[in-house]
Amino acid sequence: MLVCLCNCTDDVSLLMVLLDTNPFFWSTSKSTSLSFSNFLSHVLAFLNSVLLLNQFNQVVVIATGFNTCDYVYDSSSSPTNQRAETLLRKFEEFVVKDEQLSKEDTVDGIGNSLLSGSLSMALCCILKSNSNDIQRVFRSGSLHPQPRILCLHGSPDGPGQYVAVMNAIFSAQRSMVPIDSCVLGVQHSAFLQQASYITGGVYLKPQQLDGLFQYLSTVFGTDLHSRRFLQLPKPVGVDFRASCFCHKNTIDMGYICSVCLSIFCKHHKKCSTCGSVFGQAQTNAPSTSNQKRKTPDT
Amino acid sequence: MSGQTFEPSKPEPPLYYTSKHSSTRRRMNNFEYREINNGDGRRFNREAEEEEDDEEDDEGNGRGLDAWERAYADDRSWEALQEDESGLLRPIDNKTLYHAQYRRRLRSLSSSSTGSRIQKGLIRYLYIVVDLSRAAAEMDFKPSRMVVVAKQIEAFIREFFDQNPLSQIGLVTIKDGVAQCLTDLGGSPESHVKALMGKLECSGDSSLQNALDLVHDYLCQIPSYGHREVLFLYSALSTCDPGDIMETIQKCKKSKIRCSVIGLSAEIFICKYLCQETGGSYSIALDESHLKDLVLEHAPPPPAIAEFAIANLIKMGFPQRAAEGVISICSCHKEAKVGGGYTCPRCKARVCELPTECRICGLTLVSSPHLARSFHHLFPITPFDDVSPSTLSKNPHHKLPKNCFGCQQSLCDPGNKPCPCVVCPKCKQHFCLDCDIYIHESLHNCPGCESFSQSQSVGGSMEE
Repeated sequence: MLVCLCNCTDDVSLLMVLLDTNPFFWSTSKSTSLSFSNFLSHVLAFLNSVLLLNQFNQVVVIATGFNTCDYVYDSSSSPTNQRAETLLRKFEEFVVKDEQLSKEDTVDGIGNSLLSGSLSMALCCILKSNSNDIQRVFRSGSLHPQPRILCLHGSPDGPGQYVAVMNAIFSAQRSMVPIDSCVLGVQHSAFLQQASYITGGVYLKPQQLDGLFQYLSTVFGTDLHSRRFLQLPKPVGVDFRASCFCHKNTIDMGYICSVCLSIFCKHHKKCSTCGSVFGQAQTNAPSTSNQKRKTPDT
Repeated sequence: MSGQTFEPSKPEPPLYYTSKHSSTRRRMNNFEYREINNGDGRRFNREAEEEEDDEEDDEGNGRGLDAWERAYADDRSWEALQEDESGLLRPIDNKTLYHAQYRRRLRSLSSSSTGSRIQKGLIRYLYIVVDLSRAAAEMDFKPSRMVVVAKQIEAFIREFFDQNPLSQIGLVTIKDGVAQCLTDLGGSPESHVKALMGKLECSGDSSLQNALDLVHDYLCQIPSYGHREVLFLYSALSTCDPGDIMETIQKCKKSKIRCSVIGLSAEIFICKYLCQETGGSYSIALDESHLKDLVLEHAPPPPAIAEFAIANLIKMGFPQRAAEGVISICSCHKEAKVGGGYTCPRCKARVCELPTECRICGLTLVSSPHLARSFHHLFPITPFDDVSPSTLSKNPHHKLPKNCFGCQQSLCDPGNKPCPCVVCPKCKQHFCLDCDIYIHESLHNCPGCESFSQSQSVGGSMEE
């Protein structure tokens, strides 16, 4: 109570919700026990409860599609009495647009949705809605509605998005925006595990998708200030292994190009990313490790 | 200072500035508070790490306080004002100015790195040499040169490790004509900052040669693929050397040590010569914010000069995070710890933190996010093109989207006139100026390109 008196503004939150609308994920009944309409009703109830927690709370919904991403709903610009209607109408428009764009594409498997795009958009939006001056946001990080990002994601990770997703994660970390993630698919998402771990958010993979609303409201509904007093799910273990650039294998020991930090699983003569030629790597290797061992001891 | 010939490139503010300044303050009080707040807000933000200022900022941008109630934070506030045509004082419209500055920087960066395959020196071994001679006590920087320098170095060290996660920094101080190693090369920002803050006292002369000799000896030991760099923060106007400094400079040149100097007083020939010979940069700080900019310029990795470091493949390990609750003895502190460690994949020794080197087998241990932190240097996003209002009025059928693609903010003035905005050359989406800066300086992703799967597949093949 005493704490609340001095920083009462902590309770206002800006919640960016990224909804995965990948049609290939939602249409495969194997991948989830939850239908898309059920999912939406859970999420709508959750969004309403967040908005009711504090009258200044703001919710922005971004749809992460298969071919495009877009803003679907912003509570600050929509009338309060028709929340669900506006959201669903915009949502439908988005799904139609997404579908039109995907006509010519043939997809094998579930495919991946554009997480990197929606994360980037969410970060831009957080930047703008908090302050007109950009310096304040990514230098000091003290913001006034407390922003956070919640990813409701089901599709598997797209390896091609790796660099972009990591860039977004580091930018969020710099602006002190936690990325919460709720994984709806069968597999764990290594991207979102790392995102939540690095930015200090919560990573959760619900066991029972029928009770999604309960998971959402108990874990992700609380603002950042109240989180300190709660026992939230702990990260189970994050996979920090890298995948090599040449075969995309996950490796726990490998060779790094000293110029561009590309990862290879075998010794190469030339770096395929930056084109530098490696000189005497083999002969040099033992001597460098000897030299380098001196540094930590001194 | 006596007997030395130099060109003072930084004018000391003459005395009458103070009187003029106080009259400016008095006149300013007659204007709207809002305007003053805007001007001051900019200055506050520049010095965002000062907590006092942050608190002020938080009070609704100081709107709750009158101008005379606010803390006196800025000692050159007149520089944020300009006279308009009717002779009134106005705060300089800093937004467009700031943006223009940033565009220039961006363009110079992209032009210097021609070609798609840029080589950058991503593994750097940098010694920061802090001059703590008598001159560092000068009070032209408030409260004194050394305090300001220490503050900037602290910010720099954090930024440096953010951008160069696999690099190492060491600190050296010059005092009483003797160079002393404060911290060895290492990768932990906290230990460097602590060591520097504990040693902030100055005396005696400064010696460039002693410092160079010391750093040269240390940097000769590092592996050949590392980039050897020295950054001097030089307050003194002279150097008091035991021997021939020219020989030392040639020695550094031969060992491919890139020396850069940031001066706090005036340009000195020997520093300029040192930087020219070794391929570094030499600059003089005009005031505190300029010093900050100059110091932070050294944080991004410099373009690699092929001969400076030999490209090499380094064997590295990616340790798994050990499961919670497992008890084992870590090799770095030699203590039994519960959970939360990493296991070296080669010798299975336990280490506490990454990145580090395994104490047992010498393998460099990193995690994949550490490597990913550097990737934006390698895959930079293209600068956006300006969309000026004049080109829009010429061909009105070229439709301008209403909102910024990134933040959905309207791209129009309250008067429904189009604001200056930028367009991504790849995905043709429009962005506002704030998003433009954020995208290029912090995010390193174009939200437009990332939001369309077609462009994704083009870039994706190269990225992973």
